[in-house]
Amino acid sequence: MAFLQIDGLTKAFDGAAAVDRLSLGVERGKILALLGPSGSGKTTTLRMLGGFETPDAGRLIVDGEEVTALSPQRRRFGMVFQHYALFPHLDVRGNVAFGLETLGIKGGELVRRADEALALVELAGFGERRVDQLSGGQQQRVALARALAPEPRVLLLDEPLSNLDPTLRERTRRELRALIRRVGITTVFVTHDQEDAFDLADEVAVLRVGRLEQVGPPEALYAEPASPFVAGFVGRSSRLEAAVEESGPDHVWLRVGGARVRIPGRRSSCPPGGVVLVARPEAWTVTAPAQAALTGTVVDRRTTGALVFLTVKLVDGALVEVSCAPPAVAEGAAVGLVPMEQGIHLFPEAAR
Amino acid sequence: MRPGGARAWSWGAAILAFALLWLVAYPLVLSALEGITGPAGWTLDYIRAFFARPNEWQALWGSLWISVATVVAAALIGVPLAFLFARTEFPGRRLLGALVGLPVALPPLVGVLAFLFLYGESGFAAHLVRWLSRSDQAPWQLQGPGAILLVQAYSMYVYFYLLVRAGLERMDGAALEAAASLGASRWRIFTRVTVPMLRPSLIGAALLTFTTALASFSAPYIFGGGFRVMTTQVLATRLNGDTQLAMVETVALTLIALVALALMGSQRDTQGQRGGKGSAPARHVAAGRGRLLAMIGGWVFAVVLLLPHATLLLLSFVPVGTWTIEALPPSYTMANYSALAGDPERLRPLVNSLWMATVATVAALVIAVWAGHLVVRRRAQGKRLLEILLAAPYAVPGTVFALALATAFSVHQPWALRTVLVGTLWILPLAYLIRNLPVTSQPIFAGFRQLDPGLDEAAAGLGASRGTILRRVTLPLLAPALAAAGALAFVTALGDFVTSVLLYTYDTRPLSLEILASLRSGDVGVASVYGVLLMLASAAVFLLGSRSGSTTR
Repeated sequence: MAFLQIDGLTKAFDGAAAVDRLSLGVERGKILALLGPSGSGKTTTLRMLGGFETPDAGRLIVDGEEVTALSPQRRRFGMVFQHYALFPHLDVRGNVAFGLETLGIKGGELVRRADEALALVELAGFGERRVDQLSGGQQQRVALARALAPEPRVLLLDEPLSNLDPTLRERTRRELRALIRRVGITTVFVTHDQEDAFDLADEVAVLRVGRLEQVGPPEALYAEPASPFVAGFVGRSSRLEAAVEESGPDHVWLRVGGARVRIPGRRSSCPPGGVVLVARPEAWTVTAPAQAALTGTVVDRRTTGALVFLTVKLVDGALVEVSCAPPAVAEGAAVGLVPMEQGIHLFPEAAR
Repeated sequence: MRPGGARAWSWGAAILAFALLWLVAYPLVLSALEGITGPAGWTLDYIRAFFARPNEWQALWGSLWISVATVVAAALIGVPLAFLFARTEFPGRRLLGALVGLPVALPPLVGVLAFLFLYGESGFAAHLVRWLSRSDQAPWQLQGPGAILLVQAYSMYVYFYLLVRAGLERMDGAALEAAASLGASRWRIFTRVTVPMLRPSLIGAALLTFTTALASFSAPYIFGGGFRVMTTQVLATRLNGDTQLAMVETVALTLIALVALALMGSQRDTQGQRGGKGSAPARHVAAGRGRLLAMIGGWVFAVVLLLPHATLLLLSFVPVGTWTIEALPPSYTMANYSALAGDPERLRPLVNSLWMATVATVAALVIAVWAGHLVVRRRAQGKRLLEILLAAPYAVPGTVFALALATAFSVHQPWALRTVLVGTLWILPLAYLIRNLPVTSQPIFAGFRQLDPGLDEAAAGLGASRGTILRRVTLPLLAPALAAAGALAFVTALGDFVTSVLLYTYDTRPLSLEILASLRSGDVGVASVYGVLLMLASAAVFLLGSRSGSTTR
């Protein structure tokens, strides 16, 4: 059994399921991201972990101990809130010492432990500052120090990077990862940003309307999405309606974009009939129209420097996003698209 | 609009500042001077007399301790009430929550009257007790400091209720959850997080209650008996003919009020600690017993607090003299209302109050808009002076202001800019107007601050004249602020008792004085009808104003 085990967790608000039979495990010292769009139940899950919401059903187990019904006070989970929720009437050290005081720590020991926690987040010497004099990034680090100071069993972070501006964001993400690794604490965090999830987490759980779509290491989610939703939510992709015409041992023949196209690779889940094709931009080779079965016109072109992204309008009007190395073809040019084995996923039409 | 920072010198600002100095500051200065002017020039005799008389010390001490006690009692009612309505959920919460806040709009005299009818010696509660015990004796006497304290706590809990409730609803709920997950018990969260975060609201409510209690006149006047407080002492001294001594008393009272206000101002700086971020704490929807308890608590609180006003309403339908020994009135009638409608002499106070309040409100609004334009828009020279003059009447107890006006405008000295207004039609509207300046200028200045000056410039660029801009752009956009300010001013003037009792004449007697007269002559029916009319007018106007005014906040 994993260090933190979520078992069949369920919560409904006014009859609508916010979290539906969610089961997950996090190994000791690992970082799990709960990733999903708004309304996917990720924040409700985190709040149930923190003890702020009571689950309707299911169990939470930490280190072999069931904590489902335990109040937040007795759970010993550290939580960093989205807007940090620092106590405005206390200075920085007062905030960090708050949780230590409830443990009965007093006097010099209290100050020492609080300052230790502040040093951990590189805020040594900030103890006497008022919290409203700190920048957003510093406030977050105080919140982190406050949560870590009483040495909780699990660290919970609610959208830890959403309040930071983009330049600060990437640096904070790196520091946060380094800090969590250094402390070695088991961590669960919520985000709607795939980049945050991939950068910080060992495992990512993708949620959709309260249900777990897929859980796994970031690379696995990207390479082998379990559903069109995961493929669409994690990384860039295009979606095309297609029909399987013929299945071979190492290829499939599809009718897609007004052409008959051979997709290489072994694919188990392709019954004949309608399928959804989800393709990464890098899964296509751009050629001259004559060299490919699938053809179209470039209707839009954006460059990131290293790569050029083309939007290609296929013969039947569907749009596909394709990446290629510069120099690329011009807008309005006719191109051919040849599919590769990696980065193309077929799902039965029922799976959406 | 000049570029930011540059201040325009303007005739308008000069004229307005002069008018306000004459109406607001001059009477106060004159009355203060009166206290140190004897028949033979400057003298400190009256101040010495003030400190030598034990009566004065009694009144001063009485004012202070009763105000402090009122703060404590009002907090004991208002704070739990705020927690109940901000933190729990039960059927009827929204409606009751709004109702228990309503007394903030009621004229103090109506509250006193309602209280008298419910808990007075021959009130509803006494009736019930007498009926239950089959006794002819009045079960208690509603008089003295205890009665004053009770009435004031009963009407001033609203400040604590409204401010603390707003503070609770603004509070970041995540801070409480953070404390919980750091292991703090509920008690520790309450004492270490909730209360410190509420500090600005609590201090604001305490000081507001203190100044209001200090200036309170109706309750000590009607329930005081032999108990002395400064506000009634001032009136008594004045009626006694000791004008100069009365002036010393007003100065003493003003000084105490000013100290409290200065404290309030210094607190305000720390109030804006933190806003906006985070979400309000979740209402605690307790299941079963907790929810039932919250509901019972909410209803009991609301009924007890609103019972006096309901009694007033009930009494207005009781025929005079029919209700003597029964627990509930034996019969009901519209006679009290029709008696009023049929008798022009009886209607007169109502008409008086209406026209005087209207005139005072319109004039205060005009001045406030004018001043708002000068201070906020033109950033005219002397804007600080204008702001202080407009806010000053708030700091000065009503009794003091009334006396100051009575002093300033009782002699004809054109060279000193004094003329006889006391005894004329105009003294009361003028007094109401001055008392209304703070209530109107505050929301209107706020409204002006929210207006985008670019709109004026856009209209001017489209060829609109200044008059057209005012009529077509500025005033429509200020409408919510105007409604809120006007409603508050009208209600205040309509129910005024403190200034009226010192300045009225028989012909201009307002509703409040007629209520007092009816009460003295034992005409409870008419008194309660007047009370109900005041109550309904206040509630209607206030609800109207707060609805359209809510967009300016």
